[in-house]
Amino acid sequence: MNEPFWQTLLLTLQLATYTTLLLFLLGFPLAYWLAHTRSRWRRWIESLVSLPLVLPPTVIGFYLLLAFSPGNPFGRWLHEVFGIQFVFSFAGLVVGSLVYSLPFMVQPLQAGLEGLPSQLVEASYMLGKSRWQTLTRVILPNIRPSLWSGAILTFAHTVGEFGVVLMIGGNIPGQTRVASIAIFEEVESLHYAQAHQYAAILVVLSFLLLLAFYSLNQQHRQWRNR
Amino acid sequence: MAQPLIQAEVALLLKGKKSVFNLEIALTIEPGELLVVTGESGSGKTTLLRVLAGLEKKARGCIFSGTSIWQDSSKKIFVPPQKRKVGLVFQQYALFPNMTVRENLLYALPKGGSKKIITELMEVKGLTELADNYPPQLSGGQQQRVALARALIQKPSLLLLDEPLSALDFTMRSRLQTFLLDIHRQNQLTTVLVTHNEDEIRQLANRVICLKDGKISAEGIPNALFPIKQSTLKGLWMGMEKNRGKVKIGENEVSVSLLDHHFASPLLGEEVWIDFGAEGAFLQKNKGQ
Repeated sequence: MNEPFWQTLLLTLQLATYTTLLLFLLGFPLAYWLAHTRSRWRRWIESLVSLPLVLPPTVIGFYLLLAFSPGNPFGRWLHEVFGIQFVFSFAGLVVGSLVYSLPFMVQPLQAGLEGLPSQLVEASYMLGKSRWQTLTRVILPNIRPSLWSGAILTFAHTVGEFGVVLMIGGNIPGQTRVASIAIFEEVESLHYAQAHQYAAILVVLSFLLLLAFYSLNQQHRQWRNR
Repeated sequence: MAQPLIQAEVALLLKGKKSVFNLEIALTIEPGELLVVTGESGSGKTTLLRVLAGLEKKARGCIFSGTSIWQDSSKKIFVPPQKRKVGLVFQQYALFPNMTVRENLLYALPKGGSKKIITELMEVKGLTELADNYPPQLSGGQQQRVALARALIQKPSLLLLDEPLSALDFTMRSRLQTFLLDIHRQNQLTTVLVTHNEDEIRQLANRVICLKDGKISAEGIPNALFPIKQSTLKGLWMGMEKNRGKVKIGENEVSVSLLDHHFASPLLGEEVWIDFGAEGAFLQKNKGQ
């Protein structure tokens, strides 16, 4: 196993880690709003959030590619004002993954928040606690299984994505070449042994992540029924 | 600490999918008073507590606590629940399931507060043995005591109790009635208790208000609004034995399980009245008191 191999794997894990962390920060407020709002816009936003579940990843990748391309006014504006270029860059992969994995973070968090009795939050306020204290000491600890679900599913899903990253990032070693794309390329070049190395690692990693997910769920059930 | 007079004149319109509920209430709560709010389900009892607690932001009107203003819609003043120093015990207790009993109490401790109060409260309320248990491991009565202790830690100026005994069986309920009365007496804490149990009203209330469709339909002392319908017997007080009261009625001596009463124990041989209610007997010094 050579250096580009590890580089590709490292890039894949980096992408999944950044996506998971950023998506938690972005997804939590969105999930909180969806769990508590009575706005008529809720169904529209929920549908938008869930769209990546049903759309072919290439469709998302295609539109992101168009939006971010320097030929598009928005992409040009991003480049000229902020010096950001999302097309064929690691940053672009992260943005694409944020969109693609959005429902995997938001839906578990939303379910967890909807299941949390509102009286717990109100009880915390009645004890003089701020919104931040209530969030960190009451809300987050009591929706722990949902946090784990969101984080693990987002991570695993980002590790496995192909269409979006291919469309927006291409296949630049060390920059945008992630494991799923490397497998495709190795197979195309008839390098089955190398493809096997990537594929086997992805199978084991995904399995371990799901095992962790179900173990945590089981632990929580036991904790709740103690 | 002297308790403030609470004055409220509030209105709240709640629109459901099928119905509209309108709460319109003006009330004064005297310092140190135990006010019971009663009424049918959906009459606005819990909503009134929530308005007083500051959990209903859409409520209109004024609420004053002594000289401080909790709410004045005309001046757009709304003091959030965190700053009202109001203790609220929810019907379902709302203990934090991720914290042990001790941690639940510690969480309620204001910044810089002494942890000694937690140890003392746990001792007084008989919670020391339960300190390391999580709420789901406790019985309903135990959870209720923890919830009460937690509400008392911040030394509230007003204690709101939303049907705190409704989920408990008869024995536990009568025990906790005593517990509530003790808390009220010891702290002279202005308390608003929501209940629809007539026995509880007679046992605990200094004054009762009855709600109907979001408005006060009756107000007065408990025995005027809820006269005792059950049979009453006169006897002589012979003291307590094994937690039961002995009363001599005519030639016979009877032993009765007593619910708590507001006054100190009668003297030996003193004339007393026993009311045999649906849920047990309770003692009075004068008939129809």
